[in-house]
Amino acid sequence: MSRRFAVIGGIGLVLLGILFFRLWSLQIVTGDKYLAEANDNRTREIRVPAPRGRILDRDGKVLVDNRTSMALQLDPIEIPTTVAGRQELYARIGKVLDHSADWIRKKVYETKKNDPPGSPITLDQDVDDDIVYYLQEHQAEFPEVQVNRIFVRKYPQGLLAAHILGSIGEVTAEDLEKNPDKDLAAGDTLGKTGIEQTYDDELRGQPGDTKVQVDSTGRIVSQLPSTLPVPGESVRLSIDGKVQQAGEASLQSIGLPGAFVAMDVNNGQVLGLASNPTFDPDMFTHPLTQNQVDALYDEDNGAPLFDRAIGGQYAVGSTFKPFTALAALDGGYITPQTVVNDTGSITIADQEFDNAGKQAHGPVDLQRALEVSSDVYFYMLGRDMNGTRQLQNWAGDFGFGKATGIDIPGESEGLVPSPKWVNQAHKEEPKYYDPWAIGQNIQFAIGQGYFQASPLQLATAYAALGNGGTVLQPQLMLQTEDAAGRVKSEAEPVVTGEIPIDPAARQVIMDGLHDAAQAPEGTSYKVFGGFPVKVAGKTGTAERTDEIDQAWYAVLAPYPDPEIAVVVTVEQGGFGADTAAPVALQILQAYFDKQAHAVSGGVGSVE
Amino acid sequence: MESSRLPRRTPKQSVNPLERAGLAGMDGWLAFSALGLLACSLFTLYEASGSQIVGAPEQYVQRQALYGLVGIIGMIAVSRIDYSRFRELRVGIYTFLCASIFAVFTFGVAARGSTNSLELPFFTFQPAELGKLLLVLALAGFVIDGARRGSEGQRTIRILALGLVPTGLVLLQDLGTSLVFAAITFAIMVAAGVRWSHLAAIGAVLAVFVTVVLVALPAAGMPVLKEYQQERLTSFLSPSSDIGDAGYQQNQAKVGIGAGGTTGRGDQATQSRFGFVPERHTDFIFAVVAERYGFVGAALVLSLFALLFWRALRLMTLSKNFYGTLVAAGIAAAIIFQVFVNVGMNLGIMPITGIPLPLMSYGGSAVIATFLMIGVLQSIHIESRAAERGPWID
Repeated sequence: MSRRFAVIGGIGLVLLGILFFRLWSLQIVTGDKYLAEANDNRTREIRVPAPRGRILDRDGKVLVDNRTSMALQLDPIEIPTTVAGRQELYARIGKVLDHSADWIRKKVYETKKNDPPGSPITLDQDVDDDIVYYLQEHQAEFPEVQVNRIFVRKYPQGLLAAHILGSIGEVTAEDLEKNPDKDLAAGDTLGKTGIEQTYDDELRGQPGDTKVQVDSTGRIVSQLPSTLPVPGESVRLSIDGKVQQAGEASLQSIGLPGAFVAMDVNNGQVLGLASNPTFDPDMFTHPLTQNQVDALYDEDNGAPLFDRAIGGQYAVGSTFKPFTALAALDGGYITPQTVVNDTGSITIADQEFDNAGKQAHGPVDLQRALEVSSDVYFYMLGRDMNGTRQLQNWAGDFGFGKATGIDIPGESEGLVPSPKWVNQAHKEEPKYYDPWAIGQNIQFAIGQGYFQASPLQLATAYAALGNGGTVLQPQLMLQTEDAAGRVKSEAEPVVTGEIPIDPAARQVIMDGLHDAAQAPEGTSYKVFGGFPVKVAGKTGTAERTDEIDQAWYAVLAPYPDPEIAVVVTVEQGGFGADTAAPVALQILQAYFDKQAHAVSGGVGSVE
Repeated sequence: MESSRLPRRTPKQSVNPLERAGLAGMDGWLAFSALGLLACSLFTLYEASGSQIVGAPEQYVQRQALYGLVGIIGMIAVSRIDYSRFRELRVGIYTFLCASIFAVFTFGVAARGSTNSLELPFFTFQPAELGKLLLVLALAGFVIDGARRGSEGQRTIRILALGLVPTGLVLLQDLGTSLVFAAITFAIMVAAGVRWSHLAAIGAVLAVFVTVVLVALPAAGMPVLKEYQQERLTSFLSPSSDIGDAGYQQNQAKVGIGAGGTTGRGDQATQSRFGFVPERHTDFIFAVVAERYGFVGAALVLSLFALLFWRALRLMTLSKNFYGTLVAAGIAAAIIFQVFVNVGMNLGIMPITGIPLPLMSYGGSAVIATFLMIGVLQSIHIESRAAERGPWID
C-alpha cells in the first residue's frame, strides 16, 4: 500500500513542483519583461491636434482663424472585415446621419484610398448637437464611431485674399512619404495651397499627446499625464487690408477676369494681390462635391481657383516699353534726345506695323514717345536691337522669363522669346510657332508676340525701375508671431538682382511715364490727371487672338521717388486706360488715402 | 494502523477547537486549507471583479459566499455520515451519475460553447461537478466489490470499463471534466494495486487513442473534437497576437502573471482589471491572484492546495478500511489534477480545457461539490479516529 501511496503522492508533488517552478520563472525571473509588456498593452497615445496659427494682414486684422467643429469619425480598426458586417455597420451609422449605407461606403472608400493607413475616417463635420448627444448616449451601440472636436479654418474677412491664403487638408499617404522629417501622422491637417502651404511648418504647431489607459476592448478607462499641444505661430502678411479691399472690389466691379499686384518697391513686400473671379475659401472647410470642384476649374466661369496674378501668362503690351527703352539707351541705339517722326505706321521687311488706330504722333523723343505711347518709336528699337541679345538680356535682368520666388506656390515663369528658343519651338511644334524673324523682336519691343509675363513679374520689374535697379523677391510674409503676439521671425528683403541703370536714363523714363499719367496729352490723364499724388504710370493694351484686347496698367507712386508699384490687368478689358487704370487709381487712393478729382480734356480713349 | 503513535484522548481532554465547536474528529488542517482557499477566492473576487457586472459590483462575491456557505454546511453534513455507506450504494450512485450526464444531453443548457448544465430553480447545476465525487465513491466501491472476483486482468478491465463509460459520456459535453474523470479512474486503479504492466498497457492504448483523435481522424476528415475544443487544446503551443483568439487570451493571462512579479501590482494590475485576462472570475482567477498579489499571493494559494493534497493523501494511510483509502486517493487525485490543469493553463503550459480551480473559481456547482468531497474526506478522518478509539467512546 505504501508504495501506491508514494506513487500518487509523488505524482502530485511533481505536478505542484512544476507549477511552482513555472510561477517562479514567470514572475521572478522574467517578471520585468512581462511588466513592460503589460504596460505597453494598456496605454494608448492619442494625438491632440494643435490649433493652427492665424493669418493676419499687415495691421493685425485676422484673415484666417480657427473654429472648432464636432466631427463624426470612424475608427478604421473597427470596420468589420466581412462584407456583411460592413454593410450592417454602414446601414446602422447611415440611419443616424440620415445618409444611405452606400454614401458611407463611398466615403470610407475615398478616405482609405487617399489617407495613410489608420487615419480616422471623417464621415461628417459640424455635426448637429442632437446627433452628438444621441451618439454619446448610445456609445455602447456605436463602438466604432467617435465624435471628436477638430479645428476648422474660418475666414472673418470673407473672400478677401482668398488666392493668397490657400487651404488646408488632411495628410495623405503621399504627404507622409514626401515629408519624412516632419512630425506628421495620419489624421493631421496640412497646408495644401497658398500661405497655408508655404508656412505650414510655422502655422501647424506641435500636436500634443494624451496617454490613456484602455481596456481590452479599447475603451478609455483613465487618463495619464500628457503633453499639451503647442499652438502654431501666426503669420502676419505684408498685405495692406485697405489696398487689398480696394483692389478686389474694384476688379470685381468690372466683372471681367483680371488681377492686380501692389508691391513696396523698396523691400519687395506685397501690399495687395488678387485675382478675379475669386472663390470663398470657406468652401474648402467642407467636403466638396464634384460639381463644386468642377465649377472652381471651369474656364467658362473664369476658373475662379486660378490665381492670375502669379500664374497668368500674358502679353503685357505697352507697359513693357520702359524696359525696351532702357535696353536701347544702354546699348547706345538711342539717346534721350533721339527724335523719330511717328507717322502712324512703319514698314519693316515688307511688313507694315501700325500704331493703335494708325494715329500719327509726329516727331517724338523718348519722353514723348512714352507719354503718348508711340508704337512706331518702339518698333524701330525692336528692329535695331534684332540680331543682338540686348532686349532679351534686359528683360531677363528685370526678372522676366523666370519665377520671382514669391512665397506662395503656383507661379508661372513667363517667356522671353529669343531666336534660339523660338526656332527650337518651331522645330518641335511648327503648328504653333513660326521661325524667328525680325518682326518678332519688333513685337517683343512693345510687349507682344511670344513674350509672356505674369502681373507679378511686371510689378517686380516696375519695382526695380522705381527703386533704381534692385530686383527684389516679392514677399507676402512679414513676420511670424507666437500665440502671445511675440515676433518669432521677420522676413528680410531678398535681392535677386542688381541692374546698372543709368540714373539719367531712368529719369527720362520716369518723366515720360509721369507725363503719360498726368500730363494732359498722356494716355491715362483722364484717370490720373486729378489725382493729388504725382505718379508715373503706363497703359497697356495687349492684343489677343480672337479676343477683345487685354487692358494693362502699371504705375509707380509717388513720382519721382516711388514707394509703391501697382500692376493691374483686365482680360478683354479693352484699352488700358478704360478698365485697368481706374482699378490702379482705386488702389492708390486707398494706399495714399487721397481721392482724385475729375479732370476734363485729355486724349480720350486711345492706347 | 498507527495507534501506537497516537495518544488516546477522551472528549473532555480535547484541546482541538473543532471538537469543542462540535466538529469532533475533523481534520483541522484539511478544513483550514479548504476554508483558506474559499477565503482567498472571496477576497480576490471582492478586490478584482467589481467592475465586471455593471450595477452589481458585489454580485460575484455575494453569490460565491452563499455557495461557500451551502458547501460548508454540506461538508459538515457529509462528514457526519459514515462514508462506508456509499460503498453499499455504489450501483445507485453509478446509475445516478450516468443518468445525470444523460439528463444534460436531454435538458441541458449551453454555456461557453459546451452544453454541461441543467437549469434548476434558482440555480444552474452542472452535474459533472458532483459527478467527480460520485465517480470516486462508485468506482472505489466496485473495486472492493470485485476484489476477489476474476483474474487480475479481468479486474483491471472491469474497473477501467466502469471508469471509462462516464468518462466517455462526459467527453461529448465537456472535455475538461472528462479528463478529471480519467484522472480519477487512473488514481483509483493505482491505489487499488493494479499491476504496473496493465497500467503501462493502458497508457500505450491511451497514447494511440489520443493520436487517432487529435491527428489521424481530423486528417481523414472526421474531426472528433469540436473546432473550438481543438483550437483551445493546441493554442497554448503557439500564442497568438490575434485579439479574440484563444491563444491571445491565454498569452494575456501569462503576461498578467509575469507582470505580477514578487509582490504583485495591486490596483495597478491592469491586465486583469481592464479585461485583457479572460474569464477572470472563473478559469483565470489564478492569473488575477498572481498579477495582483504576485509570487507571494500565488504561492500562498498553491501552498494551500499542497496542504489540502497532503491531508487528503494522508487519509489513504489513516483510513479504517481499504474503501476509504481508495476514496481518499480518488479525491486527492481529482483535486490535484484540476489544480495542475487549471493553473498550468493560467501559466501557459497546459491547454485551455475549462477546468475550474477548486474552491477558487467562481461557480456554485464546483464549490459545493468540492466541499462535499472535503466532507467525505472528513468522514474518513472521523471514522479513522473513531476506529482507533474503539466503539465505546462513540
